[in-house]
Amino acid sequence: CWGSRNPWMIAHPRRDLCLGLGVLPDSIDRNSDSFTRNSNAMDELISDLQSHIAKALSGGGAEAVKRNRSRNKLLPRERIDRLLDPGSSFLELSQLAGHELYEEALPSAGIITGIGPVHGRLCMFVANDPTVKGGTYYPITVKKHLRAQEIATQCKLPCIYLVDSGGAFLPKQADVFPDKDNFGRIFYNQAVMSAEGIPQIALVLGSCTAGGAYIPAMADESVMVKGNGTIFLAGPPLVKAATGEEVSAEDLGGAAVHCKTSGVSDYFAQDELHGLALGRNIIKNLHMAGKEGMLSRLETVNHEFKEPLYDVKELRSIAPTDLKQSFDIRSVIARIVDGSEFDEFKKLYGTTLVTGFARIFGQPVGIIGNNGILFNESALKGAHFIELCTQRNIPLVFLQNITGFMVGSRSEANGIAKSGAKMVMAVSCAKVPKVTIIVGGSFGAGNYAMCGRAYSPNFMFLWPNAKISVMGGAQAAGVLAQIEKSNKKKQGIQWNKEEEERFKAKVVEAYEKEGSSYYSTARLWDDGIIDPADTRKIIGLCISASMNRPAEDTKYGVFRM
Amino acid sequence: LFSDSASSSSQSMEKILVANRGEIACRIMRTAKRLGIRTVAVYSDADRDALHVKSADEAVLIGPPPARLSYLNASSIVDAAFRTGAQAIHPGYGFLSESADFAQICEHKGLKFIGPPASAIRDMGDKSASKRIMGAAGVPLVPGYHGNEQDIDLMKLEADKIGYPIIIKPTHGGGGKGMRIVNSPNEFDESFLGAQREAAASFGINTILLEKYITQPRHIEVQIFGDKHGNVLHLYERDCSVQRRHQKIIEEAPAPNVSSDFRSHLGQAAVSAAKAVGYHNAGTVEFIVDTISGQFYFMEMNTRLQVEHPVTEMIVGQDLVEWQIRVANGEALPMSQSQVSLLGHAFEARIYAENVVKGFLPATGVLHHYRPVPVSSTVRVETGVEQGDNVSMHYDPMIAKLVVWGENRAAALVKLKDCLSEFQVAGLPTNINFLQKLVKHWAFENGDVETHFIEHFKDDLFVSPTNAVSAKEAHEATRFNATLVAACVISMEHSLLKENSPGNSSLSIWYSSPPFRVHHCARRTMEIEWENEYDSAGSNVLTLSITYKPNGNYLIETGENCSPGFEVKATHLGNHDFRVEADGVSMDVSLAVYFKDQTKHIHIWRGSHHHQFRQKIGCELSDDDEAQHKSSFDTASHPQGTVVAPMAGLVVKVLVKDGTKVEEGQPIIVLEAMKMEHVVKAPCTGGVHGLVVTAGQQVSDGSVLFSVKDL
Repeated sequence: CWGSRNPWMIAHPRRDLCLGLGVLPDSIDRNSDSFTRNSNAMDELISDLQSHIAKALSGGGAEAVKRNRSRNKLLPRERIDRLLDPGSSFLELSQLAGHELYEEALPSAGIITGIGPVHGRLCMFVANDPTVKGGTYYPITVKKHLRAQEIATQCKLPCIYLVDSGGAFLPKQADVFPDKDNFGRIFYNQAVMSAEGIPQIALVLGSCTAGGAYIPAMADESVMVKGNGTIFLAGPPLVKAATGEEVSAEDLGGAAVHCKTSGVSDYFAQDELHGLALGRNIIKNLHMAGKEGMLSRLETVNHEFKEPLYDVKELRSIAPTDLKQSFDIRSVIARIVDGSEFDEFKKLYGTTLVTGFARIFGQPVGIIGNNGILFNESALKGAHFIELCTQRNIPLVFLQNITGFMVGSRSEANGIAKSGAKMVMAVSCAKVPKVTIIVGGSFGAGNYAMCGRAYSPNFMFLWPNAKISVMGGAQAAGVLAQIEKSNKKKQGIQWNKEEEERFKAKVVEAYEKEGSSYYSTARLWDDGIIDPADTRKIIGLCISASMNRPAEDTKYGVFRM
Repeated sequence: LFSDSASSSSQSMEKILVANRGEIACRIMRTAKRLGIRTVAVYSDADRDALHVKSADEAVLIGPPPARLSYLNASSIVDAAFRTGAQAIHPGYGFLSESADFAQICEHKGLKFIGPPASAIRDMGDKSASKRIMGAAGVPLVPGYHGNEQDIDLMKLEADKIGYPIIIKPTHGGGGKGMRIVNSPNEFDESFLGAQREAAASFGINTILLEKYITQPRHIEVQIFGDKHGNVLHLYERDCSVQRRHQKIIEEAPAPNVSSDFRSHLGQAAVSAAKAVGYHNAGTVEFIVDTISGQFYFMEMNTRLQVEHPVTEMIVGQDLVEWQIRVANGEALPMSQSQVSLLGHAFEARIYAENVVKGFLPATGVLHHYRPVPVSSTVRVETGVEQGDNVSMHYDPMIAKLVVWGENRAAALVKLKDCLSEFQVAGLPTNINFLQKLVKHWAFENGDVETHFIEHFKDDLFVSPTNAVSAKEAHEATRFNATLVAACVISMEHSLLKENSPGNSSLSIWYSSPPFRVHHCARRTMEIEWENEYDSAGSNVLTLSITYKPNGNYLIETGENCSPGFEVKATHLGNHDFRVEADGVSMDVSLAVYFKDQTKHIHIWRGSHHHQFRQKIGCELSDDDEAQHKSSFDTASHPQGTVVAPMAGLVVKVLVKDGTKVEEGQPIIVLEAMKMEHVVKAPCTGGVHGLVVTAGQQVSDGSVLFSVKDL
């Protein structure tokens, strides 16, 4: 800091900035056994993760990829790369959705979703992967598609659908077709978003059959690629069966038919690259300057930000392998925020919850992190801090590592449920962008207060070591064993120790499996498992995407006092 | 330096008009400015924004682009001098520089003509007359016939006397026009008549002379200078042997591999020649040297400042334009012959906009990128153009003269090679690569120059498409350069994005380097085209796959026969300059990028390599499609090939007759409707049938106009 060293310079008016009042200290002991143990364990988790990711990224396998190429088609991620501004970043969501969910592999749930800029405008991409089961929609595929639309709705992101799909996966039609959050919801969302002025763009790069035909048909603008793109409610075989008419796919629903005769599509593309270029052009021509809110964040983003003082890679060495062991969440914060500067709010009160202000890539954020179980004070402090942030339109970042609220008679008597309810109320109603990262455990009501999935954070990611369940496996086993024991007792059956242990082990095993990050991410309970070293970057991108809308006023419900 | 001459009758000039354009106009103005003399430029419509106009204190428009209406228009130039109050006119070279009439007009109108007396121009302008005068003055001449009698039989006898091969030349004009080489008597008649015709067409005078044709000649010329007091001296010789299309491209001074004896004989002969015509101001006496016999013969005298005068200036340390001005002012020459020192060696390379492979045809176009080498005391760049200028068809396509000086020929040559490799021009074809090859040739390095040098060594100097080894080398070099281009383009893209991210500036996080991907490295492909001189198909496409490494480097693979690819680090130093590190070697490269004809052109300069690549811009955003544009009116109700009127309208034109064979898409009928013309085209290739409508006829919507059937 030059200001303080140069005697001829007038003292900097904001000395606090200069002196780094809130700089977090380096609290990691790199020579400790636990550091090495944690690093090794995390490295193992990450290499495991990488191998799963690699499989997901390779799509439907070499044969399918080759077939795709032979049709002059790019892979979905390549298509997105061509649409994105050259050299720009892409925040891909839920790469492991569908992981070990069905008997057959369904890499990335057969659909690639994510956010990136096109002509300087953030867009939501939804791209079918035709190499995975012909791009058909499994239940999880629908869920991932809807999740992308949900984010787009929340963040007001123009949607680009890269359509190349055979429609619903018929054997599972009961789980794909009828329910509220099933296939039909895709088109409902398109209609509603379009009504809200969120552009809906479809690029028909492959087949687009039956229900899928409504994606381009419902779009504001659509592009079709000659030869590859087809749109029809019924394909040639079905047409022949129904009416006896013999017609080729291209003549039935090719680009020429729909751009020239039917008007189902608007732009005619000679080939896929041309189609993608037309897609970029459509985004270029969007005129959203008149839409309010886009400019508000200009003032708040500080472009001259500092990187954290400590190596972000050390985030891989913080989380302990044993969830019972605690760690100081500040060591995570120190590796996420600009200049490792964190101005803590109520540092001395309710110390199991850490709250404070910081910036991430120049963007102001309020951070709420767990440093132990939630007590009355911690919950009240959390509610207070959320109120501060909503008043000031500061996005919230939740760093979850929570076993739950304090239990016991004293706690209940002190009204822990009341305090917890205040925080849950604050979290639920807060209309600022919210990003949740689970860096450790996420158990019980702690999950709620710390903005779990049910609280609609704009984005939610897990570290590979994360565990999510209503309670810990051991606790659950204990509870269930007690109930079982008393049930058995009523029936007059004596439970021996061995049986009880076996029972407990089974429960623990189930909790272990169902609480794992893979189990969660496969079912889209989150938006992806991330490398801890990418945490800063991903939160930054999430906040940036979430701020793509006008500020909203927060209105709270009745706080139980 | 110049002795103050008592006989200097008139006042010294204070403002001169430069009756020329391009580099020479700029070069003259530079000296004038140094001497405190104000300058006036003249320009044609085509040169409105030219450098010579900007360089002058004042500028006057003298006419439309064609030279005969502007730069050759003596009266408007004289008028411009009067309008601006210029006391003297410098004609430069070319245009009116060797017009005795113009020199005369200037003197008549009281304007100083910075050049020789009109009489000397006239004497030397007529090649036959000049040779007579030179012969009388004892200057050696090429055996030949210069008589007025032009009877073809007599000429043929003269040719026999001289001995074949002979050369036939028009007595007037130059530039190789009308010249013919005749190897044997039976070719004589045809060549003679042809030369006559061409001379008549080009110069209006069809008199012809005959000379012995020297098979291995060198072109050596001597710079002479005279004042108005009868002093004449020479400033040594220049060798201008290396020529293409009878025009010089590399000149040097002094001439290599000649003895000092020879040099002084040549100089004396030149001085005698000048004295014989009462010469003053700058002039050049051209000799042809028979490399076999060692004889030299007078060829002609150029009564002007030559294009290649800078090489002389470099070795004698004088400014010849200054001498010209002071001599015109009436001052005596500043030194005697013995005081003229010769120091070091100088080269001039003429950089032309031309298409080397297409027989050095002049090229036109825009100088999208122009970065000549930096000048210094030993490097001169004489140029009349700037980046963005248009090299038009109206004038000489020379872009610049690169002049270098060294302690000796070898040192100068090293510098010449270096400067040529750093001379950056993009946007139009140039001869720079060719010049580089030329100066690297062993024979040139040895100073073994002669006028047939290029023809003689054409196998070495031009690409031979059948050479597999060099084809492979070229391909390897291209691949490597393409790799560097990709790295530079991406790093430039990033520095641009950093400064100015598109859209809302708060999105800068999305444009960080390397671009972020969840759990993998961002990749991209880049298709770039290059012109493969070894491939008959011409342009080849290279597909580069680029992986952004987390450390900021790029892994660039070409996906070709198991080549591993390079990890490249590129640092954008600013503007066009980059430092790249590939394979453990780091180097400077320059890049020029411009857009032309829907294509992005990328040039890279690396060491002595200059490569050019093209990229289609995104994709052509046309939605032209046969299916879409195929006359939507050949409907199912008519047989295949039938064309109906797309709308009610008036037939404006019928472009073909019934029964004509037409190509698909060929326009057949022009219809007018709604005040718009619509062209009805043939839907396929075949013969036109049933075309009966005529111009002026009204047709109704959907009526059959004609049909096209297979022949």
